[in-house]
Amino acid sequence: MTANTTAGTEAAGGVVHAAGGDAGAPVALRELSRSFGSVRALDGLSLEIAPGEFVALLGPSGCGKTTALRIVAGFETADSGSVTVDTKDVSAVPAAKRDMGMVFQSYSLFPNMSALDNVGFGLRMRQLRAGERSRKAGALLDMVGLSDHAKHYPHQLSGGQQQRVALARALAIEPRVLLLDEPLSALDAKVRLQLREQIRSLQQRLGTTTLFVTHDQEEALSMADRVGVMRDGRLEQVAVPSELYAEPATAFVAEFVGVMNRIPGQLEGADQVSVLGVIAPVHGSTAAGLSRDVDVLVRPETLRIAVQEGGNGIVTDRTFLGSVTRVSVRLSGDVTVKVDRATTEAAEMLPGASVQVSMPVTPVHVTGRR
Amino acid sequence: MAAVADVAAGAQTPATRPATRRRSYPVWRWVILLLAGAYFLIPLYAALRFAGLKAFPDVFKQSGFFSAIGLSLRLALVTTVLTLVLMVPTTVYVHLRLPGIRRVMEGITILPIVIPPIVLIIGVLKVAPSFLLGTPYLLGLVYVILAMPFAYRSLDAGLRAFDLKTMVEASNSLGAGWLVTLWRVVLPNIRASMLSATVLTVALVLGEFTAASLALYVSFPVWIVQFEQNSGPVSVAASLMALFVTWLLLMVIVAVGGRSARRRGGAQVALFTVTRQDFSQTRGEPE
Repeated sequence: MTANTTAGTEAAGGVVHAAGGDAGAPVALRELSRSFGSVRALDGLSLEIAPGEFVALLGPSGCGKTTALRIVAGFETADSGSVTVDTKDVSAVPAAKRDMGMVFQSYSLFPNMSALDNVGFGLRMRQLRAGERSRKAGALLDMVGLSDHAKHYPHQLSGGQQQRVALARALAIEPRVLLLDEPLSALDAKVRLQLREQIRSLQQRLGTTTLFVTHDQEEALSMADRVGVMRDGRLEQVAVPSELYAEPATAFVAEFVGVMNRIPGQLEGADQVSVLGVIAPVHGSTAAGLSRDVDVLVRPETLRIAVQEGGNGIVTDRTFLGSVTRVSVRLSGDVTVKVDRATTEAAEMLPGASVQVSMPVTPVHVTGRR
Repeated sequence: MAAVADVAAGAQTPATRPATRRRSYPVWRWVILLLAGAYFLIPLYAALRFAGLKAFPDVFKQSGFFSAIGLSLRLALVTTVLTLVLMVPTTVYVHLRLPGIRRVMEGITILPIVIPPIVLIIGVLKVAPSFLLGTPYLLGLVYVILAMPFAYRSLDAGLRAFDLKTMVEASNSLGAGWLVTLWRVVLPNIRASMLSATVLTVALVLGEFTAASLALYVSFPVWIVQFEQNSGPVSVAASLMALFVTWLLLMVIVAVGGRSARRRGGAQVALFTVTRQDFSQTRGEPE
C-alpha cells in the first residue's frame, strides 16, 4: 500500500491506497454459467477487469448482473466457468476468505453494533487489536464524513449515512476488489447523487478494483471507467461510457443506453435503410435476419428539426432540460419522436407547430418492427 | 351522560381535545378488557380468599416443597438450554438455506400440541439415551418437544424481523466464518426472540403436570396436586405463589429484553411476536 499525500488521506490514518498503486487486483470472469431451475441466469459471461478499474454491469432486471456479482463474491457457485483474482482461481474459495469488500443494496449494517463497531468488524476478524481497530475504523468513518456518528447505532442513521458506513466497513479490510450491489437504489435522488460522487472519488483515490452492479444507466455511465451491458446472462457490449452511447454494438445496447427513437424504415439491401427520406447505412450486421420493414434507432440529438409549414410532423410537447429542450413530434403513422434542440432555438417550437424532422446520413441501428 | 363526558373532558374545545386518544381506546375495548380481567381475576381472588394469607408462609414448611420446586427449576433450565441449542440453528438454517420448507416446519412444530402427552412420552422413552432412563431429566426431552411450537414461532418471528441473508453475507464478506457470524451477528439480533422462546419454555415447564405425573416424578405442579389432599389452603397458596413467581419471572425477562432492544433499536419482545423498528422509514437524523 502506497502512502497518499493528500490531507484527507493522512486524516484517514494511512488506510488509503494511492490511485494507480498496487491496491487493486486484476479480476477475470471466464465463461461463467449459472442456471436456477430452467432459468439460465448466466450464459457464458466473460469479463476482464484491470487493476484499479471501475467496471459497472448494467442491465434490466433478470439479466444476470447480480448473479455475476454474487459469484465473484462467493455467495453463489457457477455451474461452469471460473473467477480469477490476481491470476489465482478463487472459484472454490469461500466468501469469508476472498478478501473482497461488498456493499449491499439493502441496508446491511449489523443492528447490534455501533457505526464504529460495524466498520471495525472486518478488522476484528483479522485479529487487529482493539486500539488499532478503533483507530482505523475511526479514520475510515472520518473518510466518509461520519466521524461524529461513530457511536450511533444503525437505526439512528439515515439511509445515506448507513450506506456510507457500509462503504467504510467494506473498505476497512483494504480489499483489492470492491463489489457494489446497487448500493444507491434505496436512497432518494439527492443523497444518491452525493454518494455516487463520494464512491467514485474514494475509488479513484484508493485504486481498488471495483465491480458495480446497477440497473440505473445514469449511475453506470457517470461512475464507471467501463460499462458492461448485459442481456439474458450475456454481455452485449463492454465499453467506455462515451463509446457505449455513441457506438452501441447492438440494437439492444442502443435502445437500453440513453434515450432512443424508433422510426419506421425500409431496408434497402443488406446494409442500407430508407428513413425520413434519406438512405442511411446500417451499423454492423444488425440488419441480418430482419424483414424489409424495420424500426430505425436514432438518438434525439441526431435528428434535425425546423419549423416549416406543411412539414412532416406536429409538435405535441416539449421538455426543458436546461441548455437543451426536448421536443416531442408526432410524425405520420402516429409515430412520436423526441428531438433535442438548443433551448435558445426551440422557443418557436410550441405545441401544435408544424415542423420538418430530418436526419443526416449517418450509420444507424435497425431492429425488428414493433 | 354526554354532558357529563363533556364536563369531564374539561375546558378543551373539540379542536384541541386529544381525539387520537379517544379513538385508541373506544368503550368496547374497555368492556372486553373488563370481562377478560374478571374471567381471570375472580378465580384468583376466590383462591386467595380460600387459602387465606396465613397459608402462604406454611408453604415453605411443607415436606417435599423444595425438592419439587428445585426439580421444576432444573427441568426448566435443561429444557430451555436444549430447546435453544436445537431450535436456534435449525430455524436459522431453514431461513437461510431452506426457506421453501418454512410452511412444512410450521406444520411439524405444531404437532406436539395435537398429539396426546402419553404418546409423546412413549415416543421419547423409545428413543431416549439409556443414561437418561430412570432420571427425571428424561422429562426434559418431553418438554423440549412440548415447547417446540412456541420456541419455533418465537424464533421464526425474530428471524423474519431481521434481514438474515444479507447480514450473514455481509459478515462472510468481512471474513467471518459461520460460527463467528452466528455468535456475533445472528444471535445478538434474535436475542429478543430467544428471550421470548425462553419465557414460553420456562412457563410451560413450571406449569406442566401431565407428563411429570405420568412419569411419576414430583415436579412442582405434581406436588401441588398431591399436597392438596393434605391441606387444601396450603396447596392453593402454593399454586398462587407459583403463578405469581412465574409471572414475575416472565415480566423480568421481557423488561430486560425490551430495554436492551429499545436502546439499540432492535426487536421488541412480546410473548408471541417480535417486532423490529422499520429502518427504511424511521431515520434518526437527516443527511
